[in-house]
Amino acid sequence: MLRIPCPWCGLRDETEFSYGGQAHVAYPAEPSTVDDDAWATYLFYRDNPKGWFAERWMHRAGCQRWFNVVRHTVTYEIAASYPPGASRPEPA
Amino acid sequence: MSEWQVTPRLPEHPDVLWAEAEPKASYDVVIVGAGGHGLATAYYLAKNHGITNVAVVERGWLAGGNMARNTTIIRSNYLWDESAGIYEHALKLWEGLEADLDCEVAFSQRGVLNLAHSLGDVREGRRRVNANQLNGVDAQWLTPDEVQKVAPILNISTDVRYPVLGGTFQPRAGIAKHDWVAWGYARAAHALGVDLIQGCEVTGVLRDGDRVVGVDTVRGPIRAGRVALAAAGHSSVVTSSLGLRLPLQSFPLQALVSELLEQVLDTVVMSNAVHVYVSQAHKGELVMGAGIDGYVGYGQRGSFPVIEHQMAAAIELFPIFARAHVLRTWGGIVDVSPDASPIVGLTPYAGLYVNCGWGTGGFKATPGIGWVFADTIANDRPHPLAEPFSLARFDSGALIDEHGAAAVAH
Repeated sequence: MLRIPCPWCGLRDETEFSYGGQAHVAYPAEPSTVDDDAWATYLFYRDNPKGWFAERWMHRAGCQRWFNVVRHTVTYEIAASYPPGASRPEPA
Repeated sequence: MSEWQVTPRLPEHPDVLWAEAEPKASYDVVIVGAGGHGLATAYYLAKNHGITNVAVVERGWLAGGNMARNTTIIRSNYLWDESAGIYEHALKLWEGLEADLDCEVAFSQRGVLNLAHSLGDVREGRRRVNANQLNGVDAQWLTPDEVQKVAPILNISTDVRYPVLGGTFQPRAGIAKHDWVAWGYARAAHALGVDLIQGCEVTGVLRDGDRVVGVDTVRGPIRAGRVALAAAGHSSVVTSSLGLRLPLQSFPLQALVSELLEQVLDTVVMSNAVHVYVSQAHKGELVMGAGIDGYVGYGQRGSFPVIEHQMAAAIELFPIFARAHVLRTWGGIVDVSPDASPIVGLTPYAGLYVNCGWGTGGFKATPGIGWVFADTIANDRPHPLAEPFSLARFDSGALIDEHGAAAVAH
């Protein structure tokens, strides 16, 4: 069971959250100018690191707000939790 | 005759089946990953194409990854024509595999039931039965009473949260002994001259311009005319040194077994809606799988809530399981693609071939993908059955959406 720190509600069980995959993937700024390769990348390609990963979570059973977490994908240790819009902190 | 004598028995564990090899400086083909897919690919490269200067390099021990962790279910009842092609090719090879490898693999065609619990499930299941029949894949739609005849211990009463409204049934589907499949392929590949190299983690891919020319390993560089990836959940890790991204996310997938019990279930039962799949192994353990964990992970372990959910579903479907005990649980790392279909074929790099994205369902495809991937590597073009599963489909948009038929786990 992961224990995930919601920036607004504090530390809660994993079962209260929904997962949103990789964080900081922006919708293309000029969609009409985007070619097939770039669309494919935006739609289907995500980082899949064995190590630190910035990812989105939503506190479904709590405040229902999205936020970002930096988590290690092997140890599952969580180094940071921060609101959307903030830049990714580097793990210590 | 005592009851013990009539109970199905596994063959005795064998002596060593292959010799450990030291890596040579170069090979015609290096296959990354000595799981079922890698070993089968090596075997068919040697047998079908006469390419025997081949090494299969493995990070851990042979068949110690997902090949050791799956729930051994074999079926070919997928929705789309492309999937029917590859999975049915695999099932036909399973049907002759023991003779081909001259090795028992305890392949048991006990059928697979996929239960429906809602009107949507019923419509989707009937549609899939029709699609299967059009593709020459054996499939039937069963009413709840017919479902009960196939699996008498199943609870088909209507006063449960998710009543059984029917199910699809593929009689030719079944299970096999996963270790024996890997060892059978390993022995046969070794006998044809393939080097099997354990404890040899690939740390990078060697290239010369746009051509891949070998791999870096913890035991030194190995040159190769062609490099073929069969690294499942670690595929992205292997290609990251090339800067080649794959449309994959790696997730933990858990399974568990009970203690040994009397034989009570002689088919395989899967339920997408309540998230469990169950069979009973030859020795008597109930083997149960769950859905994937909800987050990207390489930890080869999963979250307890997933197992709890899976057990709740199992006990509702099979009330007598409430008295069973969990003997052990484990997790493997599965590489999930956006359309729940595999990615097989060529890459932007000459001499580099990928076989990944099988997600939660790679075991059943072992012989079929070994055959097709070997042909793809040997001829440097996709085998016709692999062609629809190219990496390029994510650019073209020609996805093969099998989220329904891929069943529980996706």
